[in-house]
Amino acid sequence: MIALTVLAALLATLPLVLILGLLLKQGASSLNWAFFTAMPKPVGESGGGMANALAGTMMLIAIASAIGLPVGIGAGMYLAEHRGGRLASVVRFLSDVLNGLPSIVVGIFAWQFLVRPVKHFSALAGGIALAVMMIPLVARATEEMIRLVPNSLREAALALGYPRWRTSLTVVLRTALPGIVTGALVAVARIAGETAPLLFTAFGNQFWSTSLTQPISALPLQIFSYAISPYEEWHSLAWAGALVLLALVLVISLIARFVTRSRFGHGHD
Amino acid sequence: MASTQLHGASVGDRIYRFTTTAFALSIPLLLVLLAIEVVVAAWPALKAFHLGFLTSSEWDAVNGVFGAAPAIYGTLVSSLLALLIATPLAIGVAIFLSEFAPPWLRQPVAFLVDLLAAIPSVVYGLWGIFVLVPFLREHVMPFLADRLHLGDTPLFSGPAYGPSMLAAGLILAIMVLPYISSVTREVLMAVPRSQREAALALGATRWEMIWGAVLPYASSGVMGGVILGLGRALGETMAVTMVIGNRHEISSSLFAPGYTMASVIANEFSEATNDMHLSALMAVGAVLLAITLVVNIIARWLVWRVERRGQA
Repeated sequence: MIALTVLAALLATLPLVLILGLLLKQGASSLNWAFFTAMPKPVGESGGGMANALAGTMMLIAIASAIGLPVGIGAGMYLAEHRGGRLASVVRFLSDVLNGLPSIVVGIFAWQFLVRPVKHFSALAGGIALAVMMIPLVARATEEMIRLVPNSLREAALALGYPRWRTSLTVVLRTALPGIVTGALVAVARIAGETAPLLFTAFGNQFWSTSLTQPISALPLQIFSYAISPYEEWHSLAWAGALVLLALVLVISLIARFVTRSRFGHGHD
Repeated sequence: MASTQLHGASVGDRIYRFTTTAFALSIPLLLVLLAIEVVVAAWPALKAFHLGFLTSSEWDAVNGVFGAAPAIYGTLVSSLLALLIATPLAIGVAIFLSEFAPPWLRQPVAFLVDLLAAIPSVVYGLWGIFVLVPFLREHVMPFLADRLHLGDTPLFSGPAYGPSMLAAGLILAIMVLPYISSVTREVLMAVPRSQREAALALGATRWEMIWGAVLPYASSGVMGGVILGLGRALGETMAVTMVIGNRHEISSSLFAPGYTMASVIANEFSEATNDMHLSALMAVGAVLLAITLVVNIIARWLVWRVERRGQA
């Protein structure tokens, strides 16, 4: 029976090995400097890159973070400070529900709410759709991290005559900061690879754009449209894009781990 | 109170409390707004087709007739297939990691399995199109149909195109496995020592202990993990869209192409021909929203029950 569980572990890690192996092989062979610097070429011309999609992804992440982080952290602080409160338990529960919603539903919501009224796709709508996915993740991570801050610390600050808000912002939040940064980075890693919420909001763009009100390209969108295209050239670009996207997600996740680890490191000196 | 007011804290505290409360309230508001927007947009289609929207298989954008039964059927079948494959594997992995694995192996294997959850959906889809689907078409489907002579059974009949319900179920299985396994691992670790020791003291072998004392104790938490995985599978969009074949038809065969609710929306939304088509797609979204809401609420409740018992 033990052998069966070992077999399960092997079978479960097999797809990972297969996918990573193929990504490295296919992706690395079509990855070059032009991928990062050049614009997409029209069908039939070889070469070209995904510079606009990379910039678009960065911009969408920035918009999502600018909205999602403050709201998520603020909500998380509320949840941590009103642990047993009725509103807090409702918010906690609903934030888990929001987290479990299909990303495509978030996408059509953002379309209906932000794209349909103004009648054109925009980077802003895409960023907001991603922010909606980010908020519950950041809120719950913040709550968990603030809960780890010893109460004695909070009480010491209050005893020194610090008002509640200053205690929360300068003592509690600061102590929990590395953990919150980790939570924020995990959330960013999660949304960086999302495609479905962007299909009808950011939409994609063949050209260079940094305008908030124009459609914008994104790495996952570009991978999708190249993958389902019939052109060999585009397929290899899709593989290169997938490799870069996965590397981006993994690097962000690794930094997230590193941030929390360095906090424990400080505890020793 | 008087002393804090001397520092001018009362205003600051009020602003602080107001701000964090507003941010906290934004989550329920967002959810309500989302539900309202989707249902309002779906209303024309829901009103035009009533219950027929759920039961009819006719999806004809040109003539404006919409029935989402194939998409609903495809969503349920592909998700159940995924759970059927992923659940035993995920529980096996969780048992291996929490009970049998030597300590030095625990972290790396857990990390690798968790890594499966970090791979973006569109990357799974890419791998599905160029590796999984051809592999199924050339090896697995002929093997099942001809070698095992299952070709005459309704489940494995018909030509082997490649893009199929089977491909969708398989790719979903890989994608939900890390979710089920990480929840299972957590609830297994939450089982108290005394529970294990009691079983061992009664002369149980290690396996009997797991099977007889640990798993039953953790069962509703494991169930919660499985249902959480179901929630993921139901709403998964990109990877499924890329491998399921996208056809509005109900077929008993796993070899046949199908559709899921999420992939109908992903595929047809930007090409919606008229307002009714758009509203029908929104209605598909509303049905998907309702199903995932119910599934998620059940899952959270089950996991929460085990965790609370573990703390008591």
